[in-house]
Amino acid sequence: MESSLDAQSLISISLRKIHSSRTQRGGIKLHKNLLVSYVLRNARQLYLSERYAELCRRQQHYPDGAPLLAMPACPLPAAAAPPELAGIPLPADTQDREARSCAVVRGGAELLEVPVCAAPPELQRAPCRDSSPGFYRAAGSAGPGGGGGGGGAPPGLLYAASCDFGSGGAPHCSSRTTVLDLDTHVVTTVENGYLHQDCCSQCPCCCQPALGLASPPPTPGTKRKYYPGQEEEEEEGVEEGEPGGGGVAGGPPFAPCTKRARFEEYSAEHPQDSNNISNLISIFGSGFTGLVSRQQADSEQPLNGQLCGKQALASLGAWTRAIVAF
Amino acid sequence: LLGAGGGNDIQWCFSQVKGAVDDDVAEADIISTVEFNHSGELLATGDKGGRVVIFQQEQENKTQSHSRGEYNVYSTFQSHEPEFDYLKSLEIEEKINKIRWLPQKNAAQFLLSTNDKTIKLWKISERDKRPEGYNLKEEDGRYRDPTTVTTLRVPVFRPMDLMVEASPRRIFANAHTYHINSISINSDYETYLSADDLRINLWHLEITDRSFNIVDIKPANMEELTEVITAAEFHPNSCNTFVYSSSKGTIRLCDMRASALCDRHSKLFEEPEDPSNRSFFSEIISSISDVKFSHSGRYMMTRDYLSVKIWDLNMENRPVETYQVHEYLRSKLCSLYENDCIFDKFECCWNGSDSIVMTGSYNNFFRMFDRNSKRDVTLEASRENNKPRTVLKPRKVCASGKRKKDEISVDSLDFNKKILHTAWHPKENIIAVATTNNLYIFQDKMN
Repeated sequence: MESSLDAQSLISISLRKIHSSRTQRGGIKLHKNLLVSYVLRNARQLYLSERYAELCRRQQHYPDGAPLLAMPACPLPAAAAPPELAGIPLPADTQDREARSCAVVRGGAELLEVPVCAAPPELQRAPCRDSSPGFYRAAGSAGPGGGGGGGGAPPGLLYAASCDFGSGGAPHCSSRTTVLDLDTHVVTTVENGYLHQDCCSQCPCCCQPALGLASPPPTPGTKRKYYPGQEEEEEEGVEEGEPGGGGVAGGPPFAPCTKRARFEEYSAEHPQDSNNISNLISIFGSGFTGLVSRQQADSEQPLNGQLCGKQALASLGAWTRAIVAF
Repeated sequence: LLGAGGGNDIQWCFSQVKGAVDDDVAEADIISTVEFNHSGELLATGDKGGRVVIFQQEQENKTQSHSRGEYNVYSTFQSHEPEFDYLKSLEIEEKINKIRWLPQKNAAQFLLSTNDKTIKLWKISERDKRPEGYNLKEEDGRYRDPTTVTTLRVPVFRPMDLMVEASPRRIFANAHTYHINSISINSDYETYLSADDLRINLWHLEITDRSFNIVDIKPANMEELTEVITAAEFHPNSCNTFVYSSSKGTIRLCDMRASALCDRHSKLFEEPEDPSNRSFFSEIISSISDVKFSHSGRYMMTRDYLSVKIWDLNMENRPVETYQVHEYLRSKLCSLYENDCIFDKFECCWNGSDSIVMTGSYNNFFRMFDRNSKRDVTLEASRENNKPRTVLKPRKVCASGKRKKDEISVDSLDFNKKILHTAWHPKENIIAVATTNNLYIFQDKMN
């Protein structure tokens, strides 16, 4: 039985392979990298589902969700968040300048879905502040845990802090990917990141217009939707998002975010645990819809009326293009 | 095949081995493709250094009627050189990915060889006479002083030592953005296809400045990429039909008469995955590494990491036969992933009568499956058995439990010794098996 630890080491190994493939003679092997990405996804699925199961188990013991709010294991005050984020050790192979994944630990909760930050060095913030809001699932909490104003919970403050991006104006949820299409030789710089509805809906500091249009914050007992549109509306429709265009049917137009993010929150009993791995998990998104639909089933576990969500995989976009770019 | 006394069982004997004895393998010497020509008289190998070596079978010797002719080096030439694509800042490897022979039309032989980006048509011709007695030139080629020329003479052909020359006749370049994995010559002998990860192009052998794109699976948004093309082949008899396999374990059969762009398949061959076998590596091991039509054209064979499957072209929903090559590796997939072996692309081949199929494995083992008797055998390509006409002893891998005498345990297999490329003579029971840098030739024991 493959354990969570195996999943972590697999993720780490896979990332190393992708990284080293960039320097291999003959150029990036599309086929091999595609296969590696499948392993990454599978490992991540397992890892996420195990962490999720743990979270649910914990909630069973604390049905009022207290720990989630109080985050006893969450040592991070909002102010400390950015430095904390900066301090997250990433495995060497992803600390590469064009590093692929960014992770944010929010209020001690491990953020599992993060956009790929294949950003040029000058754009890259210390580990991914840009992945901030919206990835927070307030299971069982009243009001949007991620909501900026929510009860003064650390996460809310975190959001505020995380939204502060220094270089004024840059949407917090964007990271840039520079892509070279091998066929057309067109170089484009894409604003990747979370769809605004996803990441900004809870964020008080940005995307105000999106707020009103985003799906209502989850309330206990309902299935949370992580993204606008129907839950049934699988990644298919969602992934079509193009830079600059609204990708979701019926959703409001949003800024160029081509990624579909899936945000889970797991309370971190060991914030440093699984360390880098859990933080890195998000590199790969839901580019492979077939796999997504197949794996979805096991992660749906309504428990005690708690909020449970499907694991939607963020779009794989940026890394795939990053691969192509090399 | 196991030689247990059945009259039709083949007993394989060592015949020859080509290549350096050194254990230290030079990377350029790594064999990357092996192919017999249509008569079986010529055997071509390509290597990572971009060279092609062609062996020719000796005429049968009356005094040695108990064995067929040996293969000796006939021609060696540098087919591809390393290149650098400045626009994309990419190095292009010179490794020969595939060689395909054209059927012989005249005295010369023609073959196609390809690396990741460029396909070349080579003419291999013999020269055994040369003109002598030029009027204006000395024998060494220098021009004579015109004032010394007082008579007229006509050059004549005189015999010379046989020289085999290889010259590039066509270069088919700049048509592939991704890495070429296959070439296949059409049964019309005028056209051929080349396939890379995302596209398949159709060429005319005479025309190098353009090709037709007949399959394009590149998604509009690369983020949605879910599979790549792994191999492609023309049907041996129907010049309008070809197949291509994918990294997802599917094979698509396409009819070029249906439309100019064959993005929509005529048939889709796919076997549902066994959910009980699901693992982190399911996608990798289901990726097809090779597809080959039977000589008859009725069947095709695919190779994935652990098995060989035979498909009837008339049945799409599952293969008609499945042979496990090295099922004992299923529990080792994690280590094989770590050491990259799981990405090894094994090829497979049919014998001339389509009754036996062969493929390679690790530890320099290769496997044969007799489709009629359902028996299989594991043999080893090793210099230890290198006395001619030594019958090869079948090998057995012990998956678990108590290892019997002469069995080899899975953990002692050498995964650096892999047989990826094998070829079967089109008419005889002669096989060519490539280890990392050696080429072994085995024949059946003729009584």
